[in-house]
Amino acid sequence: MAQAAIELIGINKSFGAVRANRDINLEIARGTIHGIVGENGAGKSTLMSILYGFYQADSGEIRVGGKPASIKTPNDAIALGIGMVHQHFMLVDNFSVLENIILGAENDALLKSSIAKARSELERLEREYGLEVDPDAIIEELPVGLQQRVEILKALYRGAEILILDEPTGVLTPAEADHLFRILRQLKEQGKTVVLITHKLREIMAITDTVSVMRQGTMVATRETGKTTVEELAELMVGRRVLLRVEKGEAAAGGVKLAIKNLTVRDSRGVTMVDDISFDVRAGEIVGIAGVAGNGQSELLEAVSGIRRAVSGSVMLDGKPIDLTGNADPGELRDRGLAHVPEDRHHVGLVLAFEENENSILGYHDDPRYLRGPFLNIDAIMADASDKIEKYDIRPGNPRLKTANFSGGNQQKIVLAREIEQDPGVLIVGQPTRGVDVGAIEFIHKRLIAMRDQGKAVLVVSVELDEIRSLSDRILVMFAGRIVGERGPDATEGELGLLMAGVEHQEAAL
Amino acid sequence: MDIFNAIIQVLDSTVRLSVPLLLACLAGLYSERAGIFDIGLEGKMLVGAFAGAAAASVFHSALIGLGMAVLISVAFALVHGFASITHRGNQIVSGVAINFIAAGSTIILGQAWFQQGGRTPALQPGERFEAITWPGADAIRDVPIIGPIYAELLSGHSILVYFAFAMVPFTWWVLYRTRFGLRLRAVGENPAAVDTAGISVAWLRYRALICTGILTGFAGAYLSMVQNGGFVKDMTAGKGYIALAALIFAKWKPVNAMFACLLFGFLDAASIRLQGTPLPIVGKVSVQFMQALPYVLTVILLAGFIGKAIPPRAGGVPYVKER
Repeated sequence: MAQAAIELIGINKSFGAVRANRDINLEIARGTIHGIVGENGAGKSTLMSILYGFYQADSGEIRVGGKPASIKTPNDAIALGIGMVHQHFMLVDNFSVLENIILGAENDALLKSSIAKARSELERLEREYGLEVDPDAIIEELPVGLQQRVEILKALYRGAEILILDEPTGVLTPAEADHLFRILRQLKEQGKTVVLITHKLREIMAITDTVSVMRQGTMVATRETGKTTVEELAELMVGRRVLLRVEKGEAAAGGVKLAIKNLTVRDSRGVTMVDDISFDVRAGEIVGIAGVAGNGQSELLEAVSGIRRAVSGSVMLDGKPIDLTGNADPGELRDRGLAHVPEDRHHVGLVLAFEENENSILGYHDDPRYLRGPFLNIDAIMADASDKIEKYDIRPGNPRLKTANFSGGNQQKIVLAREIEQDPGVLIVGQPTRGVDVGAIEFIHKRLIAMRDQGKAVLVVSVELDEIRSLSDRILVMFAGRIVGERGPDATEGELGLLMAGVEHQEAAL
Repeated sequence: MDIFNAIIQVLDSTVRLSVPLLLACLAGLYSERAGIFDIGLEGKMLVGAFAGAAAASVFHSALIGLGMAVLISVAFALVHGFASITHRGNQIVSGVAINFIAAGSTIILGQAWFQQGGRTPALQPGERFEAITWPGADAIRDVPIIGPIYAELLSGHSILVYFAFAMVPFTWWVLYRTRFGLRLRAVGENPAAVDTAGISVAWLRYRALICTGILTGFAGAYLSMVQNGGFVKDMTAGKGYIALAALIFAKWKPVNAMFACLLFGFLDAASIRLQGTPLPIVGKVSVQFMQALPYVLTVILLAGFIGKAIPPRAGGVPYVKER
């Protein structure tokens, strides 16, 4: 093995209570392309931000070229020859390419000589690596692929020998991604070291020499790419966990409650996240949507619940359409019997600064049950909150407590209690047990199955494969914005893992 | 020739009236281009005016007065920086607070020190900036057309007037031709890009605010030591806000800023000139209407005639690195 370009030894980093990186050890060989895979939130970006001096590790050691390095600011990293292409480009949109390139790397107090130097350097880099870009173009007028090229040029201009790319293909079209890979191979041939962070296994297999897998803040394995398989990486990435099997009978599926047809949704950057999806959810069944995070599930949920604008397609609730312009009145959807437990309970599901009882009626606060004339009926609200606390075993059982002081699992129960107790016909749940302790998981699963048995239509989106398998009557797998397969609840983990990694797609694409 | 002379007089007072606006507007340009909204231009001008007149009167020196005006104004700018950069406070609230402190403290200190109802003593010759007469101005004063333009319009202003107009190309040069200017513009658009390039966002923004403080100090000194012979309470009379309006009108560009300020100055000068003068068609118009005219036009211009004014994208948002 070649000499190590970078060694990370025992890196730890926490953000408040979240341990983003735990005791990470990693060695990256010089002149190779090293992939780091993991689901969103596995701690990849945090680790690389530490390497680039953007965050400080709580403990641990970094060695660059065999020598211990102290990287406190991006300047230190740049001086050590480390360059980074961030997931969200660090470019000034209304500056020219040249201005962006020299920002922070100017020769002296006046710009004239810096601009002249950058212009000739760009010509050299263009010759050596085929990185063509008009130096006088304004960034915001360039397509995303070229903006990314400017980021790479920025790093090379600063003399980067080690180039870190954080989720570089997330915003690229497949053709642009292929071009990027050609550039990366060229860089490798010139002796540069490339670190590629991604959650897409196809890219790892296509381009890396070595691959490391991260899961929940830890480094679980490092493999030579040639000696591993997509199946193994998928398994390492998703991780085997204790199976939580919930007792449930056969589904007695009835009529269609929620019909989604040809739905296409773009995110705020204009990237198509949901690509022409159609499926039904019937009364008395749980449909689970599996997939690695970031494959369009969030956008699907938001579009169906009327929060996000859809580009095209339709969603019918009980045979009547839902407004897909992004202006749907959530109150109206609730009245029509669509309840939504959002993925992000902290920002969308709850107002953390409110008391528990306030959150337990939020969104239904204009229901006559909670009103006395134009005023809130505090007695009725408190009685209702106490009732839910007892039924859902929310702890501590104090309706006057600030919601922020409840644990994640209990916060989730507050949201679930609020939505389920309204007796909706359709329940949409995003990540029902994210950040929820094991005891509460079982409780939440039982509640969802009880809903099904009462003849409600339930749509569950989760990145936890076990959860999807144990809850769902039908499993749909999403990959790159499309539904790539439908399986029954008896599908094996390996089978679903392959679908989630887009392996069928890969075979089709290559 | 009467009309010609009248025009020259209006233009001459346009120049005089637009100087404090221009200095304040360029001051705001430095801070807003760096991403710090500064509604406290008014307050900084006011403390500058007070400190300038007070120091000039006590030390009998216009230069010491100007120095104090700049010093105190920069100090207030740094307070704004401490609140909005270091402590990531709301920039509007901090700016408004500075305006209140300025309005109150100048009156209290003025009364405590000089006992003239919040005024400073009338400045004597040598304590204020005198008009500079250009060579030959008197000789060619009577030459038709060129004479009045040279002698009235160009010659005969204080050094601060020439300084203000010289600051326009200088500011343009700083913004577009220097490293500091490049970074300043970058930090107002995308501070994260500046941070990842290894440049301190906070220090850069502080430096921008120091530039703002220096220029508002000059603007204040002009008001109390050139336009007026001493400090009068609330003498800025909303000029800081007009300067902000001019900044938006100018789309945060220095040369545009000069024209915007000249326009506002002209409206002001015209309203003074036309008071009590019967106008064609409409006849005699009330004084109040003429006085209101610049503000009415400001609203109209800002509402519809400038096209899309895109402020610096990171304006008003404190920079937070860690999530």
